[in-house]
Amino acid sequence: MNIAPNRVEIHNEWDIVRARQSGRERAKELGFGHVDQARIATAISELARNIYLYAKHGEIIISVIDGEKRGISIIAEDNGPGIRDLRKAMEDGYTTSGGLGAGLPGVKRLMDDFDIVSEEGQGTKITAKKYLR
Amino acid sequence: MIDHKELYQHYRKLLIEHMERKSEKTLYNGQLFSRQMMENGVSPEDVLSLHIDVIKEFYPHMDEKFQSAFDFLLEAMIGYGLAYREHQNLRYKQRQLESEIDIAADVQQSLLVGEVPHYDFLDIGVISRPAKRMSGDYYHFVKDEQNCLSVAIADVIGKGIPAALCMSMIKYAMDSEPEQRTKPGAVLENLNRVVEQNVDPSMFITMFYGLYNESQHRLYFASAGHEPGFYYSSNKDEFQELIAKGRVLGLDRSTKYREYEKNIDVGDMVILFSDGVTECRTEKGFIERDEIVRLIRQRMHLSSQEIVDGVYKELERLQDFQLRDDFTLIILKREV
Repeated sequence: MNIAPNRVEIHNEWDIVRARQSGRERAKELGFGHVDQARIATAISELARNIYLYAKHGEIIISVIDGEKRGISIIAEDNGPGIRDLRKAMEDGYTTSGGLGAGLPGVKRLMDDFDIVSEEGQGTKITAKKYLR
Repeated sequence: MIDHKELYQHYRKLLIEHMERKSEKTLYNGQLFSRQMMENGVSPEDVLSLHIDVIKEFYPHMDEKFQSAFDFLLEAMIGYGLAYREHQNLRYKQRQLESEIDIAADVQQSLLVGEVPHYDFLDIGVISRPAKRMSGDYYHFVKDEQNCLSVAIADVIGKGIPAALCMSMIKYAMDSEPEQRTKPGAVLENLNRVVEQNVDPSMFITMFYGLYNESQHRLYFASAGHEPGFYYSSNKDEFQELIAKGRVLGLDRSTKYREYEKNIDVGDMVILFSDGVTECRTEKGFIERDEIVRLIRQRMHLSSQEIVDGVYKELERLQDFQLRDDFTLIILKREV
C-alpha cells in the first residue's frame, strides 16, 4: 500500500471534491466499510469547505496510521484568520455561516480523534483520525 | 452500543418477514425497531447501511446503477445522522440546564416564601406565582416588637432568570435593613441606592413599602413607581386607588420618596399587587382594574386568603392557564 501522505491543496470547490475522493480511496484501501467511507469523506468535505470559505486557501493532508491501531489521519491546515473562540466553535448549534454545515463538532463526531490548534490572525491546524474497528 | 451482527440478524428477520408477508403487523415491527434503534443511539445512516447489506445479501447480482443509487442515498444520510446526534446532545444539555433551573427555583422559593405573620386585628392573604419557573416578584412581611407590620411588594421589570437574580438582591438588601423600619420613605431611599449601585441600568424595580401601625390603625406607605393598589373603605363601601408617587428604584441615587398615610377602619382592606395582575391578557385585551375590583367584591365575605386564591384562579382561567407575567396579590383586611 502506498504509505506516503496525500496532499491536496484547497483553492476552490473542485479541490474539495478532489480531497474527498482521495480520502475515500485511502479509506477503502484500508478496509473501512461503506458507512465509514462516507463519514470520512464528509469530514474531509467539511474541513476543506471551512478552508475554502474562511481561509481562502490551505491544505488537506491524508495519511495512513500504521501503528498499534490502523486508521486514517486527516490534517487540515491553513494560514487564514484563525478561530477566536474555540470553545464556542466546538459547541453544538454554533456555526458562523449560519448554514446547515456539520461544523467542527460534526467533524469530531464523524471521526474518532479530533485535535485543533488555532491562533487568531495566523491560521488553524486540525488533525482528525479514524481507526479501523 | 449493540452488537452489529445481532443488529443485522434482527433487521434481516424483520425485513424478510415484511417482504414475504407484507402486513400492517410487519410494518408495526419496523416502527418498534426504529424506536429500539433510537434508544440505543443508532444513527439513521447505520440503519440504512444495514438495509443495503441485507438487500445485497438477497440480490448479490444487483444492478450496478441500483447499487450506486444506494451509495448516493447513504452519502446524503450522513448529514442527517450528524443532525440526529447533535439533537441528542442538545437534548441532554437541555435536561442538564433544566435540572439546574429546578435547583435555582427551589433556592429562590426558599428565599421568597416567608412566613405570613398572624394578627388578631388583621387578616392577611397572599398569593405569588411565577410566570415561568422563577419569579421576579417579591413580597415580604415583618412583624416588629411594637406589633407593627411592615409589608413590601416589589416587581422586577422583566421575568424569568434575570428578574429572579435581581429579586434575590432585593431580598438581601431588605434583610440588611434595620429591624426598626419606621419610615417607609427612608426604606425605599436606602434600597434605591443599593439597586442603583448593583443592578444593570436596563433593569428596573418597582416597589411598594407599607408600615401598619397597630395602635393607630394607620398605614404609612411609600411607592417607587409601583402599580397602585386599592383601598377599600367599608364605611363608604367603595374601592379607591391607593395612590403614591415615586420614581422606580435604580434610576437616580438621590431620589426622595414621599410618605403617605391612611386610616384603616374595621372592615377596610388594603390590596397590593404586581403588574402581573393588571397585565393579565385575555382575548378581549388587558384586564381592566375595574375587573379586578369586581372579582374581589364578589368574594368580600371570604377570608383574605380565600379571596386572593379565588381571584388568582379566575384570572388564570381567563388567560387559558398561561401566565404572561409573575403574579403576586396581597390583601390586608382589618378585623377588629
